[in-house]
Amino acid sequence: MEHTHALQLYGNASVSYTVDAMIRSDVELMLQVKAGNDESFNVLLQKYRTPLVNFLFRMVREKATAEDLAQEVFLRVYRARKQYSPSAKFTTWMFRIATNLALNSVRDNRHRQMDVSIDAPVEEDVAPIQLPTRELRIDEHMIERDRSEFIRRTIQSLPEKQRVAVLLHKYEEMDYAEIAKILECSESALKSLLFRAYETLRVQLAPLVSAAAAQRAGEGRR
Amino acid sequence: MTTMKKCEEISRQLIAYLDRRADSADRNEVEAHLAECSACHARAEEFQKMWGVLDALPAVEPSLGFDARLQARIAEEPRSRWFGWMVPQPRLAFAMAMLLVVSVWMGNMPNVNSGEGATAGTEQQDFEAIKDLGVLENYDVLSKFDALSEVPAESSPTDQQAKPVDQQSPDQQPATQE
Repeated sequence: MEHTHALQLYGNASVSYTVDAMIRSDVELMLQVKAGNDESFNVLLQKYRTPLVNFLFRMVREKATAEDLAQEVFLRVYRARKQYSPSAKFTTWMFRIATNLALNSVRDNRHRQMDVSIDAPVEEDVAPIQLPTRELRIDEHMIERDRSEFIRRTIQSLPEKQRVAVLLHKYEEMDYAEIAKILECSESALKSLLFRAYETLRVQLAPLVSAAAAQRAGEGRR
Repeated sequence: MTTMKKCEEISRQLIAYLDRRADSADRNEVEAHLAECSACHARAEEFQKMWGVLDALPAVEPSLGFDARLQARIAEEPRSRWFGWMVPQPRLAFAMAMLLVVSVWMGNMPNVNSGEGATAGTEQQDFEAIKDLGVLENYDVLSKFDALSEVPAESSPTDQQAKPVDQQSPDQQPATQE
């Protein structure tokens, strides 16, 4: 994952950091931050701000809140620089902070009772998803924004732990060991968790899958 | 092993197989099952299509002011200095100053309980001050007090008020004697 993000940044002319700085490992960069090198912290910021904001946006579904939370994550990393020890991957540490902040934010917004299980299904204050019927030509009637919003809401409807697992697996492309550490579970439990999550998504997103297949078929006939 | 049980076991490995992260042993096992189980095969295809839908979710970019806001917040963070341990905390410094002031003030207060000798001297002074108060209640002594006879005859109204009771006119007698 680190390699992928680094490659994406190389193509960005606005990034003034040297290639040498970018290929340094996150651990090396963080140890330099610990030693007082703020430029290394900026490299980490450039490298991870977009993935972090996207992860948090998919968790909380509000961009402003996602950015506030992402800032808080970076601030906590910076504050903890003196105590940093490279016992775990930097991304594991950072996304664990992000996950905890996002879950707390979601729970705070629910105005709900105190004991919310991490495996509990999403509460009813999230508006129930209106599944488009197969008869409705959603490829004709649903604009792209609504389609994206539908996908986000479907992901949002997953239980918290399943949602975090899907976002880290699908969009951050983390390996199982790292996701399991963030969620504090075994890899075997994570695989079962992911299967249940994707099984739910497979059923709920079936109309979009059918619509996409129909659209491809229509384009093929033209 | 029944087909249903096998399907359950395969389901745990199916995601890792589809995202190409399964090891070779697991991959072979899943492929062998998919070749003979049409339900799991169909499900695997649907998973792949569903992932295609998830891929369509657009990414968002942080706003332009993101870095500037973060740098401003970081600039507000207290910087650690090598002599930082020597700088007292404001609250601690205030508490220490207040303790010093109170200590000085307590030290300068008159010491009323500074030993037995001082206590005895104070009691003697108190006794001297009150031992003759009983005379003021003795009418005979007051009436024959020579010093009062030396008061001039023509005295001011203020002086008249100081005359003993037996030299006052009847209309000036206290109401208790009527």
